[in-house]
Parts: sequence; C-alpha cells; structure tokens
Amino acid sequence: MCGIAGLIYRGKTSNVGAEMTSMLQALKHRGPDSTGFAVYGEPSEGDYIMRVKVAEREDLDSGRGFTEVLAQRIEAVEALLKEHKADVKAKEEATSYALRYLISHDGDTEEMARHIEELEGVEILSMGNSLELIKDLGDATEVSETYGLNEFSGTHGIGHTRMATESDVDIRSAHPYWAFPYNDVSVVHNGQITNYWIMRREMEHRGHRFMSNCDSELLAVYTADNLANGVTLEDSLRRSIDEIDGVFTYLVATKDQLGMAKDTMAAKPLVLYESDDLIAMASEEVAIRAILPHEIDTTDPYDEEVRVWQA
Amino acid sequence: MAGVTDEQLKSMSQEERVEALGLTTEQLFGRSLLIEFNPDEEERHTYPWAPDVFYNKRIEIDTDGLTTTEVNNQMRQAMEDGNGTIVIKNPRGMHSMGVGILNRLTLEVEGSLGYFAVGLIDGPNVRIKGRVGWSCGENMMSGTVVVEKNAGSTFGAAIRGGDLVCRGSVGSRTGIDMKGGTIIVGGDTGALSGFMMQRGRMIVCGNAGKNLGDSMYDGTIYIGGDIKSCGVDAVPAELTDLDKAWLTRKLQQYDLMPGKGVDHFTKIVAGKQLWNYDNLEPNEKKLIL
Repeated sequence: MCGIAGLIYRGKTSNVGAEMTSMLQALKHRGPDSTGFAVYGEPSEGDYIMRVKVAEREDLDSGRGFTEVLAQRIEAVEALLKEHKADVKAKEEATSYALRYLISHDGDTEEMARHIEELEGVEILSMGNSLELIKDLGDATEVSETYGLNEFSGTHGIGHTRMATESDVDIRSAHPYWAFPYNDVSVVHNGQITNYWIMRREMEHRGHRFMSNCDSELLAVYTADNLANGVTLEDSLRRSIDEIDGVFTYLVATKDQLGMAKDTMAAKPLVLYESDDLIAMASEEVAIRAILPHEIDTTDPYDEEVRVWQA
Repeated sequence: MAGVTDEQLKSMSQEERVEALGLTTEQLFGRSLLIEFNPDEEERHTYPWAPDVFYNKRIEIDTDGLTTTEVNNQMRQAMEDGNGTIVIKNPRGMHSMGVGILNRLTLEVEGSLGYFAVGLIDGPNVRIKGRVGWSCGENMMSGTVVVEKNAGSTFGAAIRGGDLVCRGSVGSRTGIDMKGGTIIVGGDTGALSGFMMQRGRMIVCGNAGKNLGDSMYDGTIYIGGDIKSCGVDAVPAELTDLDKAWLTRKLQQYDLMPGKGVDHFTKIVAGKQLWNYDNLEPNEKKLIL
C-alpha cells in the first residue's frame, strides 16, 4: 500500500511545492517509509537541472572516513561535468548526500549522465529543463523542509509516499523514478508488478539501466523505452495495461503533460477531481481535500482507464 | 445466550459484553444477533444496550481538527445523551466515520467521507451529501444509507441487510460477497460487480463493467444499461412482473426511477453450475445461512 498524488494546472502556475506537500502529508498513513516529489517549474531552455545522489543515508553511518569519500565523489561528479563541457551555474546541497546542479550544456545529456553514473555510489535522480525530483526517507513535511520545497512554484507535479514491500527502505528504491535518459519524465506507482523479472530482463537486453530492485522502476524504464520508439505518452500508458501484469495505478509526468493508467482489475485506488484550471488526483480523497477544503465533485476512474492532461 | 440476561448486558461495559457474548473465546456460543430471534419474547428492533434516542433531539458535530476516533466517540456520547439526529459538518474525506452504530439514529453528513464510511452498522438511517471512498457500508446489517454523489470501489462489500443507495456512479467490485440487503446505484458500476454474491439484490440504473456477477452463488442483479460482459456462472434470466413491481417500488422509494420505466432492465442470476449452497446437506445449510 503506497500513496500517490498528482496535480496539474492548465495554463497557469501555482505553489505546487507546498500543495504537493499537503497532499502527501495527508497520505502519510499509506506509506511512512519515504516520500518523493517530482515538480515542474518554468522550463529554462539550454539550462538543465541535475539532481544527483552520491550516497544512501545509511552510508553516512559507515565510518569516520566517509565524509572524505563523499567529498571525493562530489569532486569526481564535478570533474566529469567539466569534461563534458557542462558549465555549473549553481550548486545546492540540501543534505551531504543529495545535490542539485544547475548547468548549461549544449551536448548530449544522455552520454554525460551515463558517464557520471559509472562513478561508485552515484545515481542521477533526475535531469531536465523543468523537473525537480526530490526523494528521501521520512514524511512529506520532513522531506519538503529539508529540500526547501515549500516555496516552489510550478505548473504540475506528482508525488509518492512509500510503504516498502519488496525492496529496501532507501533512496534508490523510493519514488518518483526518472525515466532515464529522458529529460523531464518521471513516474510514481502504487501496486505490484508480477512479471517484473521477465520485463526487466527484456529491458536490460535492450540496454536500459536499473538502479534498484523496486518493481516500480520498471514502469519508468518501460515508459522511457516506449518514448525512445516514438510512442506517445497516451499510447505508452494504454499499451502498459496489456503488457504489464499485476495490480497497479501509476502516474507519469512529462514537461507539459500528466498521465494516469489503471490496471485491468482496478485494484488500486485513485480519486480524480477535474475543474477548468486544475486537475488533482490521489489515492484517497482526503489528500485532494487537503488543498481543496470546499465541497467538490470527484470520481473514481474505472479499470483499464487511461487519461492524459496537458498543462 | 449462555445465561446472560438483557439487564446484565445493559449494565456491562463494551469489553465485558464482548466477553459475555463469547466473542473472545474459541468456542462461540452464539452471535449477538441470535438474541433478536428468541421466540419466547416479543419482537424487538434494538439491541438491549442501545440507548433511547429521540429523533427530534438534534446535535451538530464539527469535525474540523478532530481525529476519526474523536468524532466516533463524540457520536457515541451524543447517542448516550439521547440525540436521535446527528449532523456531521466538514468531514472532508475522513476515513472510518460512523462505523459500528447499532442504534436507531438519523445521521446526516454534510460533506464527503473517505474509506469504510458507516461500515458494520445495524439500524441507522444515513444521508451523505457528498461522496464516499472505498468500502462504504461494508458489512452493514440494517438501516438505510443514501449517498448523493459518487462512491468508490467495493461499495457495500459483504452487506447483510438494509438499503445502500448511491445516486451517482460507483467504482469496481460493488456488492462483492454480499449476503443480503439491497444495493441501488443511480449511475454506472465498474468491473466485477456482485463478485461471489451470496444473497440479496443489486439494482444498477446505468451500465455495468466486465465480469458482472462473477462466481455468484445466488442473489439477483438488475442492470438498466449495457453490460460489458458477464462473469463465470452469471446468466441472464427473465424479468417477471414480480421483479418489475419490486424494482418500481424500490426505485420510486429513492427517487431514482428512470424516465423509461423498468421494462428495459436485464436480470442476472447465478447459473448454479459451480458449487453452491444447495449441494449441502440440510443441516449444513442451516449452519451457514
């Protein structure tokens, strides 16, 4: 049982950071282990936001020398950025293990990302012109405060509160997942995927990378694979209902779209609110009510339902 | 009743009552409901420990800032104080609200509820002005629940009696495992509605999703719109005059009568090709029912 939430404004921006925090805090009882946000701000062409993790939180307890290891890893990441002619415009360190770089880069970001991830213990959480992907252990308020998300203004976002079932409680298994190497594409998922290993082997044969053993990562890789083959987001969501087994409801966000898909049994919940300027969805209505306290009309999508909204 | 009198039950605390009714032991000596049907005493519609309430004594509870437990405790206290009408304000999707009310009561909810709304109830009449989440009225035994807007999945899971009404559309697996009572839906219903249904009747004025009535043992489903597909062992049956009369009465009662009447309804019953209760010996049957 995990909690997912998403919201998208049509043609305007709002304080999505604080709103997603309230929604996910209301879903804390569905998943207390870790919380993650993928929020989308104003896109800046040519500039990329890279969120990178150089260690797990538990690694910090691994000994006195680890501070130097962290510093070495950060140094190595920056050296590689330089090697790929990426100009670091800004650098933020919310924690000692998670960093945010604002870089200007003209070349191939995929090649650079692959190169950086070759470093030990380093994982790129997200890359894009507008995507900010934040995930850490703890509840929504905690994570949001640590990473200064409350002031974030943007058009849309998705989020997740995780109750770990089949993989560890750590940042690498936390949602949302970035659809490596597609800039600005992220995925959150509530459910269990039963043909995970079959699909994973197939995807690995096609050259996709997996950073964790969490079944939800498959959905991000699967979406990336479809996008690579020129499939639209809506078709990718529709196709997943046939090709992926298990019970799932998942949300995918791109630079200007937000999509949802529900499995063939409709076994995982989602409540939907649609108005002219805002679409909000969450595992439980209580999350939507956290940002819309007045009386509203909501619906439950049915089995095999796929929807895509434009920002 | 294992030597426990009504008077004793009345004076006990809830914990002692549970103990006395044998609900904590391996050996059950009767469910609490059995006391309803003692042939030696006159007919009674309330539990012996149920407080006397007066419908014209009304109280409003504003749930802003309260937890579910606090709200449910306040409602219990309000009933102890004799309030027969309770109005809940600003629930905002709160879960497990009004669960386990075993009293006569008029409960009005001015807003929407979350999961497990008014489950395990026996007696109250509930009006919910907003929508409800998953598993509304789960295991309800008697009373009426009317939801004005939409409802989530597993609406009326395992209900045993009473009328559970949703004027809007409901999610999937409506009336899963229902054992009695009536579920009425003004709009559409999702996949696997009436799954493993055992008794009772379900009316859906709109369309039904796939696998309707899958593995149903017994009971009847009436669908006003289109059926995507019927599940295993769910077969259409002829709509008799008796069915039409009952449908008309029920739908008129809740003001959900479609403009074109009830003649177009499709009736779905169990084909009884799979295992069903009638394969049992009479004494076994008595135990289960």
